[in-house]
Amino acid sequence: MASSTKDLSGLYATNEASVQKSDDAAGYYTLGENVVDPSAPTGVIADRWTNTKFTNALVNPANRRKLNVIIVGTGLAGGAAAATLGEAGYNVKVFCYQDSPRRAHSIAAQGGINAAKNYKEDGDSVYRLFYDTVKGGDYRARESNVYRLAQESVNIIDQCVAQGVPFAREYGGLLDNRSFGGVQVSRTFYARGQTGQQLLLGAYQALERQVAAGTVEQFTRHEMLEVVIVDGKARGIITRDMVTGAIDTHTADVVVLASGGYSNVYYLSTNAMGSNVTAAWRAHRKGAYMANPCYTQIHPTCIPVTGAHQSKLTLMSESLRNDGRVWVPKKAEDCDKHPSDIAEDDRDYFLERIYPSFGNLVPRDIASRAAKYMCDEGRGVGPQIEEPDGQGGKRMMRRGVYLDLTAAIARLGKDKIEEKYDNLLDMYARITGEDPYQVPMRIYPAVHYVMGGLWVGYDLQTNIEGLYCTGEANFSDHGANRLGASALMQGLSDGYFVLPNTIRDYLAKGPFEEISEDHPAVLQARQEVEERVAKFLSIQGTQTAESFHKQLGHIMWEYCGMERTEEGLKTAIAKIRELKRSFWSDLKVLGKGEELNQDLEKAGRVIDFIELGELMCIDALNRRESCGGHFRAESQTPEGEALRHDDEFAYVAAWGWGGDEGGAQTPVLHKEDLIYTAIEMKQRSYK
Amino acid sequence: MKLTLKIWRQNQGAATGAIKEYPIDGVSSDMSFLEMLDLLNENLVHAGEEPVAFDSDCREGICGMCSLMINGQAHGPEVTTTCQLHMRSFKDGDTITIEPWRSSVFPIVKDLVVDRSAFDRIIQNGGYISVNTGSAPEANAAPVPRPKAQRSFNTATCIGCGACVAACPNGSASLFLGAKITHLGELPQGQPERYERVTSMVAQHDHEGFGGCTNIGECASACPKEIPLDVIAQLNKDLRTAIKQGH
Repeated sequence: MASSTKDLSGLYATNEASVQKSDDAAGYYTLGENVVDPSAPTGVIADRWTNTKFTNALVNPANRRKLNVIIVGTGLAGGAAAATLGEAGYNVKVFCYQDSPRRAHSIAAQGGINAAKNYKEDGDSVYRLFYDTVKGGDYRARESNVYRLAQESVNIIDQCVAQGVPFAREYGGLLDNRSFGGVQVSRTFYARGQTGQQLLLGAYQALERQVAAGTVEQFTRHEMLEVVIVDGKARGIITRDMVTGAIDTHTADVVVLASGGYSNVYYLSTNAMGSNVTAAWRAHRKGAYMANPCYTQIHPTCIPVTGAHQSKLTLMSESLRNDGRVWVPKKAEDCDKHPSDIAEDDRDYFLERIYPSFGNLVPRDIASRAAKYMCDEGRGVGPQIEEPDGQGGKRMMRRGVYLDLTAAIARLGKDKIEEKYDNLLDMYARITGEDPYQVPMRIYPAVHYVMGGLWVGYDLQTNIEGLYCTGEANFSDHGANRLGASALMQGLSDGYFVLPNTIRDYLAKGPFEEISEDHPAVLQARQEVEERVAKFLSIQGTQTAESFHKQLGHIMWEYCGMERTEEGLKTAIAKIRELKRSFWSDLKVLGKGEELNQDLEKAGRVIDFIELGELMCIDALNRRESCGGHFRAESQTPEGEALRHDDEFAYVAAWGWGGDEGGAQTPVLHKEDLIYTAIEMKQRSYK
Repeated sequence: MKLTLKIWRQNQGAATGAIKEYPIDGVSSDMSFLEMLDLLNENLVHAGEEPVAFDSDCREGICGMCSLMINGQAHGPEVTTTCQLHMRSFKDGDTITIEPWRSSVFPIVKDLVVDRSAFDRIIQNGGYISVNTGSAPEANAAPVPRPKAQRSFNTATCIGCGACVAACPNGSASLFLGAKITHLGELPQGQPERYERVTSMVAQHDHEGFGGCTNIGECASACPKEIPLDVIAQLNKDLRTAIKQGH
């Protein structure tokens, strides 16, 4: 598979073209042209970003105020980008659905942010962070993007500290670090268990500073419902003011989507209630490619589900695995005993047993599957909960494993543990009613973060000119799995450092022709939005948007969750198509469009999730290999680990919208070959 | 559990609203308070009545979007956010009164939803450190003694929910303000703008119509993040110094 031509870096490409032999999804999609990133840099990998920044065109400061930028989303990626572009002098409009930009879901990230500072002199470097990230992503991330991310990581910490982000410190006043899953160095910067909150407040404050300076105009409680495309270029968005119901047009020279992830397609996830796919999905329906949608990260350390009433799941940072030991009873008959009544010899510390070199700090996909297998074997702990048995019936199973801090409390003292993790343990106690200082915590995997998203080039532009996508909403940096503490890194890297440097190359082509509000393309987009809103209100059926969302979530978790099979995915697609038909005929939304109407908002998001779910299943069906967060039962090593097929699937699956004939999507598959010049693809091992 | 809910209903744009009573059954003690309201809303929609509008987002106690006066207390009987309040804090047969945040600076949008944009405007008026992207020095160049870093962190945990204002008999936002002043004032990075910051943030606070602080302390006891009352002392101290220095 090695190519005979050398890359400019002087290294051989390890993969040049993938030839897909299996075709499980035949009949569900059509094959399109391969996609090539027009902004892909060449040369020695370490110089690519520096060269790009130099060769990208500049915009004279006096001309910047004549250029208009729209940003959708105010999390780490969107908030940081809006602050930076405003500071640079562009006219920025920023939109969020919450009542304040400070509430974006980046705020809930707990554990930390990676940076190759090598403050510990433990062998870290930009190259090692790059290597760990590509390996952690199971060789399905784009090499150039990841290298850039590792390079910028160093600047992120400087920027955030200067903003007043109160990171954890050593007694001497210098910054402290800890470790995260999938790595053997200590490079994660943190602010107790509230790192995302502190980083987001830094970005939010920088953003509000620009609002005060008049460079950024912010629109809260606004939802983007359509993108305006004129002559093939993104030129604006249509929004709904969630308070008045007003449908408004906002035109600009460039549109940036920073609208986050779509894990709520599973109904229960660790995402905020309002997190949705609508901005990205509306763009997809207008022609933007959706890449690798099936790559979903299942986070190993969440509080287990307790009942059918639950609206969301809560994550416990995996940093707890630095000090907590994960175990289940060796004997199934011990599962209903109190944990302190189970002798040391009768406990199975399964991660330490199976993966001795990484132990409890194996990456998330591996830890998650291991926990699932323990429970499948009947060695789970906690209350028995009802679940489908896969044969159309029900069964009672225990879905939980212990995360035990007892040894760490004995070794370090309760105070030290409290200082490191306090809010996490408080949160656990509050939700479960159990004291984690006294009884081992119970955890189970839950849907957390999506690695898929809109396809973008190295410049973060989608395949639609003038439409950019950053942060979790794009697909590019995490491959098939995401290492802990790398999402915050990507959001801030994209927002503060990458986008401002790539978007100016596009903006330098301006000034652009002004688009009036009565341009036919604008009017058409507006009309589409108005008709959709009216349609939701007119169906007057019997089922709520909420109940459709729950039904979708059950289908997705059962068939497109931790383990996927060809048969299961085909079943799921059929069920989703049926659900879509019943949505359009039986939806019930009360109230009016011209007011705050939370059910109406929900209906719009749920139908987009239903359509996305169908595409996720088709993508998962097509990819007959296991990698990272995508585990196909048909493709595993004899030890039950994920088995990739680089000869067939070393590509990004970029799906084009192919229409929705009779309630069935036929998406168009465009493949982008993943070419590694600096790193050799290997079977991942953490043993 | 079976409960009786007394909920403030106010149509959008209406000058006034009223308490309406709803019985609810089938509430589990493992439910969060908001999940109990989700259940009520599903029942209401099936019965053809418009659901109760309320704000929530992360539902893990950190975004600050949820609100609600529950039996007259901000976020209810426990010191936490409403999303982290669980029904095990109530008893079968209880009657629970649910109202929106109490403050004229937080006008009611609809039912239990209020407008807290005044907080954003206070931050716009100096609640930041002026640093341009790309001009930051090496992070370890300015060490921060650990006790200062910890106090800074403890006050930076404010989630901007507005419970302090809703709980204050005088409708003051001094705890919110003091938390930000202390967070930035404890760090070397926050020093250059320290005194301009406090005067302009206080000016905006007063301009919005928030009341003055009279040291009652309801704010700190209602704060889900347990921001200590001494941040208000810090706020007043910084303000006095700023005035003395002529800012």
